[in-house]
Amino acid sequence: MFRDAGLVAGKDLRIELRSQVTMQQVLPFAVLVLILFGIALDPDRGFLGRASAGLFWVTVLFCALLAIQRAFTIEAADGGRDALRLSGLDPAGIFLGKAAAIAVQLLAVEAVLAAGVVLMYGTEVTGVPLLVATIAAATTGLAAAGTLYGVLAAGLRVRETLLPILLLPVLSPVLIGATKAFEAALGGVAADGWPWLGLLVTFALLYLTFGTLAFGTLLEES
Amino acid sequence: MGAVAMTHVGYVVAGWAIPLVALGLYAVRVVVRGRRLAEQVPPEERRWS
Amino acid sequence: MSAPPTTASRATRAIGGLSLAGLALLLGYALWWSPPDVVQKDSVRIMYVHVPTAIVAFSACAITTLASGMWLRRRSEGWWVLGGASAEVGLLFTGACLVTGSIWGRPTWGTYWDWDPRITSTTLLFILLVGFLALRRVDNESGIAAQRGMRAAIVGLLLFPNVVIVHYSVDWWRSLHQPATITRLDPTIEGEMLFTLMLGIVVFALVFAWLLVHRFRLGWLEERVRATGLDAAIVERRAEADLAGRAR
Repeated sequence: MFRDAGLVAGKDLRIELRSQVTMQQVLPFAVLVLILFGIALDPDRGFLGRASAGLFWVTVLFCALLAIQRAFTIEAADGGRDALRLSGLDPAGIFLGKAAAIAVQLLAVEAVLAAGVVLMYGTEVTGVPLLVATIAAATTGLAAAGTLYGVLAAGLRVRETLLPILLLPVLSPVLIGATKAFEAALGGVAADGWPWLGLLVTFALLYLTFGTLAFGTLLEES
Repeated sequence: MGAVAMTHVGYVVAGWAIPLVALGLYAVRVVVRGRRLAEQVPPEERRWS
Repeated sequence: MSAPPTTASRATRAIGGLSLAGLALLLGYALWWSPPDVVQKDSVRIMYVHVPTAIVAFSACAITTLASGMWLRRRSEGWWVLGGASAEVGLLFTGACLVTGSIWGRPTWGTYWDWDPRITSTTLLFILLVGFLALRRVDNESGIAAQRGMRAAIVGLLLFPNVVIVHYSVDWWRSLHQPATITRLDPTIEGEMLFTLMLGIVVFALVFAWLLVHRFRLGWLEERVRATGLDAAIVERRAEADLAGRAR
């Protein structure tokens, strides 16, 4: 299973390296959203700084939608999904591989967003261990749930409009947990944040488990 | 019992009327569509009545 | 001559009659005989419809999840229809819950929206249901009964767990901010108010049951009509192919 996951993740990431879609489209989108928030919410630096945790994670959610749509669009072209089905690869491995690739891309986006938030919103970085743990747990959860719902929407023509309303309510606990954890870390009282990390880890484990179990049947249907 | 005027009357009335009317309209819609379709389907397929 | 065909039956007529009688009694208690609350005054009367609709909405989600799970195991049409029927009726009750909650909020908090955890998570629930029903509609159009519906079933299976996770997350999130105002129905409620609330729950459960049975049967009929429609189309196609073959 893990070997197959590695194969699929490697394939997806190589496609990304070649096509540069994340680099050239999703990253600029992320920075753009930060700027739009800044414009809309009055560049009074104090306010943006205080809201930076929430704004960061909302932007990550939007970028996640793009990354997930992208991850399944590359299969749709040239009958890639059929190739995946017939390849004999373990479906659980395919799930983990796709999720891993999405997670890696999201981490790249988050790194840029972190720099952007520090630079543009004047956020002071404190409580780094909690920040790192939150990013790890939240990104895993986003990637796992996103891959699961992404394959659900994959074969549909209304994919672009349906996926957001299917997925975003499901991801709201991640938004809540990650934002609260970040606020605790950035606000100096890291101890408050660790319970929220528990929520994020639970969410991630739930979706990783369910995704590995269900992905095989879903791939057949798309 | 009913001698004192009800406070927030408008809200209470709206709060009750809106859901009851909505439920009522939905009920009508379901029953009417049900009748129309039931005519198209032979009795063996609808064994409840 | 037999009565015109409908989705009604002796059972639904019984439930329906009981619901209407119960509703009349409930209205009496809710609007008249039960006393106003000490703090909320008469706006508490909205709670007697708001709380039951919330309970029904959650139950409807649980039913949809159960039905989706059963469909995944047994693949029988009844479970598929039940999942959709419960979700649709649930959507209606969720909408009613949101509206009544908002209306209750105005005289109580002074505003129609207060980021109260229940209203926030119920709104997310509403969107979860909308998404599920939208996916079902698309899934429904894919043709062969044995294969379609997998996607919607998985989403349906995840529906209740998602509702629970979202509910507790939002609750936890807002519990940090809750000032000591009334955002929940007083747990020490008693006497006629408690009775009215319980009556409300029972009556709306009956109304839900009645709507669910009718909507289920309607869905069942829709599937039958679909099936015969497909059969007819296949017969037509074969006839065309026959003609084409013979014409050569």
